[in-house]
Amino acid sequence: MVWLGGVRRFGYAGFMELRVTDLACARGGLPLIEGLSFAVASGEALVLRGPNGSGKTTLLRTLAGLQPALKGEITCPPEEMAYAAHADGLKSTLTVAENLSFWAEIHGQRDITGALEAMNLTDLAGRQAQHLSAGQKRRLGLARLLVTGRWLWVLDEPTVSLDAASVALFAGVVRDHLAAGGAALLATHIDLGLPEARVLDLAPYRAELPPDLGFDEAFL
Amino acid sequence: MTALLIRDLRLAMRAGGGFGLGLGFFLILAVLVPLGVGPDTGTLALIAPGILWVGALLACLLSLDRLFALDHEDGSLDLLATSPIPLEGVVAVKALAHWLTTGLPLALAAPVLGILLNLPGPAFAPLMLSLLLGTPALSVIGAFGAALTVGLKRGGLLMSLLVLPLYVPTLVFGAQAVSRAAQGLDGSTALLLTAGITAGSAALLPFAAAFALRINLR
Amino acid sequence: MASLWEYANPVKFMRLSGWLMPVSALLAAGLIVTGLVWGFFFTEADYRQGASVKIIFLHVPSALMAINAWAMMLIASLIWLVRRHHVSALAAKAAAPIGATMTLIALITGAIWGQPMWGTWWEWDPRLTSFLILFLFYLGYIALWSAIEDTDTAADLTAILCLVGSVFAALSRYAALFWNQGLHQGASLSVAPGTRMDWAYKAPLYLCMAGFALLFLALVLAGTRTEIRARRARALMTRERARA
Repeated sequence: MVWLGGVRRFGYAGFMELRVTDLACARGGLPLIEGLSFAVASGEALVLRGPNGSGKTTLLRTLAGLQPALKGEITCPPEEMAYAAHADGLKSTLTVAENLSFWAEIHGQRDITGALEAMNLTDLAGRQAQHLSAGQKRRLGLARLLVTGRWLWVLDEPTVSLDAASVALFAGVVRDHLAAGGAALLATHIDLGLPEARVLDLAPYRAELPPDLGFDEAFL
Repeated sequence: MTALLIRDLRLAMRAGGGFGLGLGFFLILAVLVPLGVGPDTGTLALIAPGILWVGALLACLLSLDRLFALDHEDGSLDLLATSPIPLEGVVAVKALAHWLTTGLPLALAAPVLGILLNLPGPAFAPLMLSLLLGTPALSVIGAFGAALTVGLKRGGLLMSLLVLPLYVPTLVFGAQAVSRAAQGLDGSTALLLTAGITAGSAALLPFAAAFALRINLR
Repeated sequence: MASLWEYANPVKFMRLSGWLMPVSALLAAGLIVTGLVWGFFFTEADYRQGASVKIIFLHVPSALMAINAWAMMLIASLIWLVRRHHVSALAAKAAAPIGATMTLIALITGAIWGQPMWGTWWEWDPRLTSFLILFLFYLGYIALWSAIEDTDTAADLTAILCLVGSVFAALSRYAALFWNQGLHQGASLSVAPGTRMDWAYKAPLYLCMAGFALLFLALVLAGTRTEIRARRARALMTRERARA
């Protein structure tokens, strides 16, 4: 693919790994996950599974450094992760190209043509984001990952509102990212068509309650 | 950082950005006051410095509640927090963009409104200068208030309650610089104090605001 | 050796405040009643200000506590930010409405005193203005506490507001001085300029000041105990919900 050349030129330097050891994280003071350990290395994809409320979003936000972990160790600093969640961070009055260039410049990159092409957005480049469909917005949000230049993608439900063709397109982009030495951590309910991806079920790591009530323990 | 500044300025210029809203508010206020107080030029000259400063302050407050709220709603704030730019820098740049689109136009437009309010001649230069030196403080302090209330529904009203008391020193020194000049006195001390508050706020408050933002993102 | 920080544990704090609160409340009542009765009925009226000067026995102690309450909130906020002791954050929360009330009492008694003295209920004098601004700071602080649901978030945000607010409150004080030199007599317990206050006035005034300080302590302890109980109730409810 065309954009891959760009990524390869900057390159993901050598072998890298995210290692999580005995992690516990909480939402709203209520522990959701505890004793979680896993590793993702260059070239690997890990799919997180678990029912609603099992703490997928909380885990990903904790990894991305948006909230503190209760305990445990995360070896990869948030500066090496590209985080994408339900909200795409798009400005409706800016065009597709403007939105993407902004995030590219924030991450010290210039070239957005590869990312536009990879997510099939080239024809829409001049259109304002408010006139995009939900799926097109999502594709633009995912194109942002390509301009961050970061090796570990942390993705929360990346395929919401994408049609089958777009899901396949995105799976291809992820596969190319892995081939270039990147890695991906995905929370998703649908099958992405990434047979090589390992699956991690979060259900066994559900935090035991009681007695550990996190911050409020001291009051009992 | 430049990219963020350009984006915020571009957003302010485009439809729905609210650019010029503060300026319009400032103009309306300067028209309403003589209608309420009466057309006596002596009275107007006396209260003009205060009215112009209070007007500028309220106009600044208008667009503040959107400073972080919009970025919070569409997820940009999460993404900026995980970007290579430190959150302190994000706050500083957004406050700068707010000043460029609100405080600067107000300072430039103030002399025109000074004519409407019969501001004495020697006070025009201090009026512009004090607004130029003082309104950046209003933007930075406001950014702190906006960061405190970013996740809240109806945060705008609460933000005014938090921010307006913090505006007191800036208002006092800024308006004093103008009114002293209007009375033929030396207003340079007040002007320097205004600049001091701006310098201090710009140096320290981005850290407090970034701290508040991190807590609100948690 | 027992460290002061042990009382940051809610259980230990409840045990300590369980007896300290009633004791300080009783002492406060005794001191304030003695001080006020002494001050109101057993001191001579001032030769210039007449009997109206006697409101000083309410005005000065409440003004003193209005400022000290903010100082206490500042210290408690710093402790929360540095050491993450929940009791400290809750004590700051409990102190705010008390400080606001003290400010209001100081403003009202000041107005009642000022009316016969200066011939006006309200004067934009630097001291009065500063107190009015302090009251606004209290309002903002209380409003922020009540607006945020999550206690830890609210504690963090109000603590940082208290820190920043303290700097700006101090600046406002100097701004108010700069703005208007004022009518208000100087502090330092002098009734009329040039004349130091007599011991006949000082003694009951000191009693009242000590009484107000203890009253403040008792009220803060009571407020903090309420907050801790509320927090405990919420923790229990969370546990029940999690078990279900």
